[in-house]
Amino acid sequence: MDTSPPEPRLSALYQELILDHYRRPRNKGALEGATHSVSLNNPLCGDEIDLQLRVADAVIRDVRFIGRGCSISQASASMMTQLLKDRTVPQALALAARMSAMMQGDESAAKDKALGDLRALAGVSKFPVRIKCALLPWNALTDAVKS
Amino acid sequence: MLDAARLRADFPLLERQENGRRLVYLDNAATTQKPAAVLNAIADYYRTTNANVHRGAYSLAIRATEAYEAARAKLGGFVNAWAPEGVVFTRGTTEAINLVAGSYGRAHVGRGDTVVVTALDHHSNLVPWQILCQEKGATLRMVEITEDGRIDLSDFGTALERRPKIVAFPYVSNALGTVNPTAQLTRLAHAVGAAVVVDGAQSTPHVKVDLQALDCDFYALSGHKMLAPMGSGALVAKPELLEAMPPYHGGGEMISRVFDDHSTYNKIPHKFEAGTPNVEGAVGLAAAIDYLSAIGLERIAEHEQALAQAAIDQLTQIDGVTVYGPRGHRAGVVSFTYGDIHPHDIATILDQDGVCIRAGHHCTQPLMRRLNVPATARASFYIYNDLDDVAALAGSLVKAGALFGYVPA
Ligand SMILES: Cc1ncc(COP(=O)(O)O)c(C=O)c1O
Repeated sequence: MDTSPPEPRLSALYQELILDHYRRPRNKGALEGATHSVSLNNPLCGDEIDLQLRVADAVIRDVRFIGRGCSISQASASMMTQLLKDRTVPQALALAARMSAMMQGDESAAKDKALGDLRALAGVSKFPVRIKCALLPWNALTDAVKS
Repeated sequence: MLDAARLRADFPLLERQENGRRLVYLDNAATTQKPAAVLNAIADYYRTTNANVHRGAYSLAIRATEAYEAARAKLGGFVNAWAPEGVVFTRGTTEAINLVAGSYGRAHVGRGDTVVVTALDHHSNLVPWQILCQEKGATLRMVEITEDGRIDLSDFGTALERRPKIVAFPYVSNALGTVNPTAQLTRLAHAVGAAVVVDGAQSTPHVKVDLQALDCDFYALSGHKMLAPMGSGALVAKPELLEAMPPYHGGGEMISRVFDDHSTYNKIPHKFEAGTPNVEGAVGLAAAIDYLSAIGLERIAEHEQALAQAAIDQLTQIDGVTVYGPRGHRAGVVSFTYGDIHPHDIATILDQDGVCIRAGHHCTQPLMRRLNVPATARASFYIYNDLDDVAALAGSLVKAGALFGYVPA
């Protein structure tokens, strides 16, 4: 049996912080008085996210999500909700663009403090099939604020 | 057990490395790799025999037609079909089932009728029946499964009380490896006058199939799950049923005489093979059947069961792993979950060790709901896998456990 330690790429992918958000998701559950909500799923692996926002005067007053799926999609959703409260819609979209750049392997995005805990997801860029997982909640966000 | 290492040498792709590791291919229920014998048969066909079939008056076209029809006869013999003309080549199982639903189904199912399927069925043996029932105002009745993933015979009996027109089920489950008592289910369904449609996508590669003994009415199979090329496959049916059925696709080859406003149709099986067929697929399928027959389906089934049992034994040693499906007799499919590690994460981690497994719902969402999981990880074995592959799977899974804090790193 091969008992060599996991590759650095894997340890970078599954950091403590990601597993923490996966197991103790922040802002999970239905949002009272939501003004916007979008459900998206990734048919390949069955990740699901239902993102609910309360937006007033183009500011995201509150945000919560319901979802299930892999550690990457659920941690990304949890981390995202932490960042969005009290952001304007343009600020939220700018974060989505930053997140997307980080997934493309943009190193400056991966160091951008504006992304908060999400920087722990930088390792996903090395796993092309998993990028969709990380971006699922962000796609839901973009759909929601544009609707 | 088979000499898997020797067999592996026949499969060029299996010599490749994946992520710097020996490739451990355990996604055979999705599709199998192809031996050189199949690849060469296809290349030879194009080098020496290619022409459009059933049309040309020249020797080359006659040879192409002979190769195509010889493949039909070979496949018929392989599954003990009722007659070669009961073998309709299709793109695979999905197209074969859609053919039955679209032709036999539309002709025989009406408002208020019932079609019976099971919670073990692949979407391709479910969605065509949903579409048919919606179109006709018929009822679709899904038979429940037992806790260990077998068709619930008592619920099957209850469903038959509705005197369904069609009963559809898989011979072998792609998600759990369950081998269903197909002859028995067929007898019960026939007793209430139903036509029986068996999804043979997973049984044809893995168990000795004897259609005349099973006595079902329609049997669908895919070549690509049994060493043959993608896009090859067949519907095998009782000829008298095919004779009476309306055509499915219209076009060339399926006609006899074409008038301005109507046509008469060719004899079976050609009535159901509109357009230029996948001749290379049929030729590759024939080569695959030769390869499998030389090994023997009984030995293949034994080999797979030994690997599945070894995998179950080793995986259930790991704290937190749950294996789904029947204990005891099953095909070489092992579906499992590991604590709260999502199957997609398991697949990514295993891939780093060159271990290819499937993660997801396996096109069986109703089954996943009944197992109460969104998805499972699935390892599925074939002739070229061995106990080293099982050990690689278990070893890599322990790494996944370490990354997620289930076992000390
Ligand atoms: C049990 C079962 N039925 C049907 C299918 C569909 O086969 P295909 O995609 O070759 O048409 C598959 C394979 O995915 C299967 O495993």
